Amino acid sequence: MSRRSERLNRHGRPILYGMAMDTRRCVACQACVLACKAENEVPLGGFRDWVVTEVRGRFPALSAENRSERCNHCGASPCVSACPTGASHVADGGAVVVSRNRCTGCKACVAACPYGARYVHPEGFVDKCTFCLHRVEAGRPPACAEVCPTRSLTFGDLNDPDSDVAKLVASRRWHVSKPEAGLTPHLFFLE
Amino acid sequence: MATRVTRRGFIGISAATFGAAAVGRGLTSDWWGHDPLEVPHPATDGDTIVPTFCELCFWKCGVLAHVKEGRVTKLTGNPMHPLSKGRLCPRGVGGTGLLYDPDRLRAPLVRVKSRGDEAFEVVSWDKALDVVAENLVKIRDTHGPEALALFTHGYGGSWFTHLVKAFGTANIGAPSYAQCRGPREVGFQLTYGAGLGSPEALDLENARVITLFGSHLGENMHNTQVQELAEAIGRGAELVVIDPRFSTAAGKARYWLPIKPGTDLALILAFMNVILAEKRYDADYLSRHAVGLDQLAAHVKDKTPEWAWPITGLRPELIREVARFVASARPASLIHPGRHVTWYGDDTQRSRALAMLGALLGAWGRRGGYLVPSAVTVPPFPYAPFARKPKGSPDRGRDNRYPLADETLASGLCDATLPGQAPYDVKGWIVYGTNLLQALPQPARTREAIQKLDFLVAVDVLPAEITGWADVVLPESTYLERCDDVWAPAYKQPFVALRQSAVAPLYDSKPGWWIAREIARRIGLADWFPWADSLEVVERRAQAAGLDLDALKRTGVALGKPVPACEEDGLDLAFDTPSGKIELYSRQLADLGFDPMPVYRPVDEPPPGAFRLLSGRAPVHTFGRTTNNRELSELYAENEVWINADAARALPGFEDRPLATGERVVLVNQDDVRSSPVRAKVTERIRGDCVYLVHGYGHTAKGLTFARGRGASDSELTTRVAVDPIMGGTGMNVNFVRVERAEA
Repeated sequence: MSRRSERLNRHGRPILYGMAMDTRRCVACQACVLACKAENEVPLGGFRDWVVTEVRGRFPALSAENRSERCNHCGASPCVSACPTGASHVADGGAVVVSRNRCTGCKACVAACPYGARYVHPEGFVDKCTFCLHRVEAGRPPACAEVCPTRSLTFGDLNDPDSDVAKLVASRRWHVSKPEAGLTPHLFFLE
Repeated sequence: MATRVTRRGFIGISAATFGAAAVGRGLTSDWWGHDPLEVPHPATDGDTIVPTFCELCFWKCGVLAHVKEGRVTKLTGNPMHPLSKGRLCPRGVGGTGLLYDPDRLRAPLVRVKSRGDEAFEVVSWDKALDVVAENLVKIRDTHGPEALALFTHGYGGSWFTHLVKAFGTANIGAPSYAQCRGPREVGFQLTYGAGLGSPEALDLENARVITLFGSHLGENMHNTQVQELAEAIGRGAELVVIDPRFSTAAGKARYWLPIKPGTDLALILAFMNVILAEKRYDADYLSRHAVGLDQLAAHVKDKTPEWAWPITGLRPELIREVARFVASARPASLIHPGRHVTWYGDDTQRSRALAMLGALLGAWGRRGGYLVPSAVTVPPFPYAPFARKPKGSPDRGRDNRYPLADETLASGLCDATLPGQAPYDVKGWIVYGTNLLQALPQPARTREAIQKLDFLVAVDVLPAEITGWADVVLPESTYLERCDDVWAPAYKQPFVALRQSAVAPLYDSKPGWWIAREIARRIGLADWFPWADSLEVVERRAQAAGLDLDALKRTGVALGKPVPACEEDGLDLAFDTPSGKIELYSRQLADLGFDPMPVYRPVDEPPPGAFRLLSGRAPVHTFGRTTNNRELSELYAENEVWINADAARALPGFEDRPLATGERVVLVNQDDVRSSPVRAKVTERIRGDCVYLVHGYGHTAKGLTFARGRGASDSELTTRVAVDPIMGGTGMNVNFVRVERAEA
């Protein structure tokens, strides 16, 4: 497995990027999806993020949860283990990314990911959410978080207790997707 | 570098397509000391960023257009603009899908076959404008200038409004009034002396309880309102949602009341009954500001929750509990006025009842309620006075119905086009930015009216149904390719916004100001278009308003001085009603022969085996105007008919095989009009007595190569309307459909 980045935050701890997704604020409008596609030139038919509305119950006793989903940038990432060329790797801040210059498009990672977070780009490589590292490096939030009209998406350093995301994760009830897979997802769905 | 070329050859990717990544932009991380791993940098930020405002819907948020090598790469929210606050709804982001829609109207067209055949000849602008001019002059000479009507939607329409006023007609109608928010405006004017306008100055952000009567905020993406709704939820505000459908908002509500459609007014009266009987109203506020409290108390005395129970289908103890809950947060208890409120023909009275309920809570001019908006004063361009005072509009029919309509009825102008229906006949239409065959109900009637016209010119961006019926089609540039007039709406934060072009017009399209001016020059109205371009208009107006034009161009928006918008900020409330107070009892209505206080009257029930047809919005679309947008439609390409799961199991004609989600059905209405095939969504999320469609589908226009044939049109099924006698709004929720399996 590739080496974990050791960039440290101001508390002397390794930066660990994560996202809190507030299901109570989200209205499932999908602005996040469109902003991601525009920012990252995601081709027609491909998605780096998507929105799920899960409705439970029978009329009229119903409940609903809206989730903007994407790669969980797992702490234990099976896609990285499965990648035969090392294209899928853990970049700075723990973000799981694909290097196009190494990807052969073999799709082993696609099979390994239990979240369906990856798609095959028409140009032959596998593509997925990068947490918009190119923006994050410039001090800007990921495109999905920036556009979100309901401010449902909070991105930041989970290892910085002063970050908004760490505060939300510390103070709110949350769940992660498929906890039974045991992959330490870094996307937290606030309830 | 050599390694990369080899690898690319190996995986069969062309150098050309991979070029962007190969130049080695972006972040790298080490990998076994070999060639660096790259995190791709898409580089979609613009070389230039042009601030402007959106036209994907009427909300008109501030957007930043990123432009690179002459192309708009992406659209982001303008952080300085009070309507977007740096954030956009999906449609705003997908504006590039309109700009680069391959189906756009590219050149002026003149009809060559019958109207509606969609057969046109491409002509030069000179030729097209000459034909328009010749026909407008003919109408003016033969029938008088008032025989011309303008139908308009969208901000670029201001140039055509000016054109037809100079021409000498007052017949300017927008379907956004009589087909949408008109009843609400009148209902609030009658009560508070002011409508809500657009964008509404609601203080959702500070409300502690937000009550939505049929409003599906979150599915209708009025950006600022949705932002504030989420903000309120984040602060612990609670929602009460009254809707026959489990809307997105209902999914967040503390109380969802799945009311029987058509009975909202009974529930509002019952709410008022509880609040009055239990003295939960704001007595101090009402004693200072309102008249008619005693009359209202007497009026709703017997409108108990028990009375409302069999009408609404909602248990009396629940009604009582919710009424108390709504009152508990006053005055920060916001009764949302809704927007598309033309439902049953009693819509002014229902909207007024909402306004009155809000008054009991002391919500007008209070934090967390209805704020009092203000605008930056931007003087109009100093045009010469128009040569002629136009005749009154024929939109109210021969007997001058709808006494309180305060805007022209688009539906009334359409009716006045049918010979002999009105004081005089309308003979020519200019249709700007509105697809009347979907925007007006009863499209068969609209087509009949069009056949009676001497002339129809459509100005639009896409070849929608209405352009297929036009004699001349003029292709307008999209909002990203054109400049328009400045916009200075009344809002809780006064501001001035500027629309400026991000890229040059594609194809042979032209901006609206140019089209209007060129028509004017050909029909002797050049004196009213004395400017070189829209920028000159903007410059003159900005100068007169004392605005810094350079700053406005740079930021796209100028904020006015904040003005107190509620009592808490020091605003002295004043009400522009006859009594100068909030009118719980309306003498104005009584004098006109209407109920001075709202009275619930039952609406027709669907016959056995049929469902009431309801319609609404999807967050990624604006009516039928965006359904051809590939970027937006990738997320919602066709509508589906929502039908209750139990009702689906009991559907007549489906006994052998129950209806399942995804199956195609045809909806057949009471007049035997059949929809195009549409997929079923069998769901728990709707009552069993109604079905639901997202509006704007079922396009038939040949030119809409993506949207054509997708989903079903609720407009085509709206063959019946219940007209509001007070202001002429066309209630559209009065159509019933049967569900039939679509033939394979």
